[in-house]
Amino acid sequence: MRLTLARASLIRHRARTVLAVLGVAVAAAMLLDMVMLATGMRESFRELLVSRGFDIRLAPKGTLPFDTDATIPSVGAVTAVLRSNPDIREISPVLGASIHIPVGPRDVSATILGIDPTVQGDYEFLSGRDVTTPDAMVANDSLIKRLHARIGDTLSVATGYDPQTRTYSGQRKLVLTGRVRFIYGAAEQLSAAVRRETLEDMGDPARRDRASLFMVRVRKGADPDRVRDWIETYIPTVSAISVATAIAQVDQRLSYFRQLAIILGSVSLLVGFLLVTTLVTVSVNERAGEIAVMRAIGVSRTHVVEQIVAEGVVISIVGALLGLALGLVTARYLNGILSTFPGLPMAIDFFLFQPLAAWSALGLLAVSGIAAGIYPAWRAASLPISETLRREAIA
Amino acid sequence: MSEATATQDVHVDRVLVSLRDVHRDYPLGAERVHALQGVTLDVERGDYVAIVGPSGCGKSTLLNLIGVIDQPTSGTVEIGGKRVDQMSDWEATSFRLRNIGFVFQRFYLMPILSALENVALPMAEAGFPKEEQRMRAAELLEYVGLSSRERHRPSQLSGGEQQRVAIARALANRPALLLADEPTGELDAHTGAEIISLFQRLNSDGATILVVTHDEELAGAARRKIHMRDGRIVDGAVHP
Repeated sequence: MRLTLARASLIRHRARTVLAVLGVAVAAAMLLDMVMLATGMRESFRELLVSRGFDIRLAPKGTLPFDTDATIPSVGAVTAVLRSNPDIREISPVLGASIHIPVGPRDVSATILGIDPTVQGDYEFLSGRDVTTPDAMVANDSLIKRLHARIGDTLSVATGYDPQTRTYSGQRKLVLTGRVRFIYGAAEQLSAAVRRETLEDMGDPARRDRASLFMVRVRKGADPDRVRDWIETYIPTVSAISVATAIAQVDQRLSYFRQLAIILGSVSLLVGFLLVTTLVTVSVNERAGEIAVMRAIGVSRTHVVEQIVAEGVVISIVGALLGLALGLVTARYLNGILSTFPGLPMAIDFFLFQPLAAWSALGLLAVSGIAAGIYPAWRAASLPISETLRREAIA
Repeated sequence: MSEATATQDVHVDRVLVSLRDVHRDYPLGAERVHALQGVTLDVERGDYVAIVGPSGCGKSTLLNLIGVIDQPTSGTVEIGGKRVDQMSDWEATSFRLRNIGFVFQRFYLMPILSALENVALPMAEAGFPKEEQRMRAAELLEYVGLSSRERHRPSQLSGGEQQRVAIARALANRPALLLADEPTGELDAHTGAEIISLFQRLNSDGATILVVTHDEELAGAARRKIHMRDGRIVDGAVHP
């Protein structure tokens, strides 16, 4: 009977119930989005780092990978030291540079990575042939489109360009052999890759036997952080960054995002709470006479409270479920906008749906909605019966 | 229909309601209103009592104390030999559910429930099985002449019909005492007469009834009339 009364009461004021449900849904959507934002980038970054199975990155001392143009000298010597550690399974040195390719009267500039195709972890091969020969080059779709090139075309690629004299340096003929997708590349970034020795041979002799980055896989069961400490001890020219330390650094850089998300999430929760409190208060004030009569004919205070709280429960749960759908749609839309942020890897998601966090947040909203109904319900059920009936009769 | 008013847990005794030197004061700003001033009253089982008097004389306050929805400032109230003036909220609610039926001037039916569901409401609260609730509610609606209106909502019923549903609801748990506060106050003369007739039938079937009213016809139909003024009973306190 209590549930029947609760349901009927909600149906009686359809418009108000629908508006309240929508209000809770908006609050729930915002809360969900904030939860997804608070954890999304971090989790997405972690997934990106571990996606190719490399556990440690080595950058020039005091820098982050590709943060500056600095490079690590003596690739051979560093590799030899790394190979002496039995916990290290694979080593992938990467050299980064800029390239210039003349296309008619225009110059197209792009970034290029010099890699070892047998252990590289920078790109996903899509079609054609990988950089199996010294004159082979693979590129992403953005660059291929900009060059109006096709697989098999021979391109004149330079590592230097003087715009005043329009002259190129470190120029070499390379064959575009394949299409790839760069895992850490930003949206619309023009990128290519060649064998590391090919890039070393192009122009600047200072680039010889140097790497911008080493990526290291450790043996299964080995502790990456112990290996990281070992590397920093034995190779003083590098900063070794494990996935855990990289995430810690990202956490630090994203702390403003997280704080903003927590504040806005808390505001959403409060809005949902106040909305249900207001609705239940208005509803019970309107029905003070009915409630007093129910009490007079012997309906217990607890049962009256249960009936009123049930209304808040229905509004909160339906609102939270609608908010889930609304939150996912808005998160997808906002993610589409933010993913084009310059310099950010395309694979990074700002909003990442994590079921446990999402359900916990929506559960919290539903619980707060239920709690919001308890006080006004208890207050209404505790009104002096005779006094309330007298006031109602006068009204 | 006599079973409709058979007592449940109130002891069988000739006097059903007994008030002794009952006072009820209310704070009103800085002052105190003395709504009842030393009321002493006995109501016997099967009696039909009308409480009359000018507005503000304390009639409804007296009814509320007998109905255990209010407590006196001093004095004692017994119903069926049981002190009800100092009951906790839980005890009072439980006592009302099983021993007292209320009829209000404004009917106060649940607008979202059908006539049958409204009548069944006190039985649902008392924990009767659903089938028993339905059967007894139907039986009571038939008693008040509304068997064809079981499925109707209050908004689909006339004022007189709503009040008859409210009377059926008051009888649902076979109360020892039926209390009515201005039951004809919102009805026209013809419909009011139907309610008066229904009360008389209930009383002749054994129900103990107390009504507060300004309606001379309703008061005239009662077996006993109590006059009140300024919080005191001025006539009719003693059973004739």
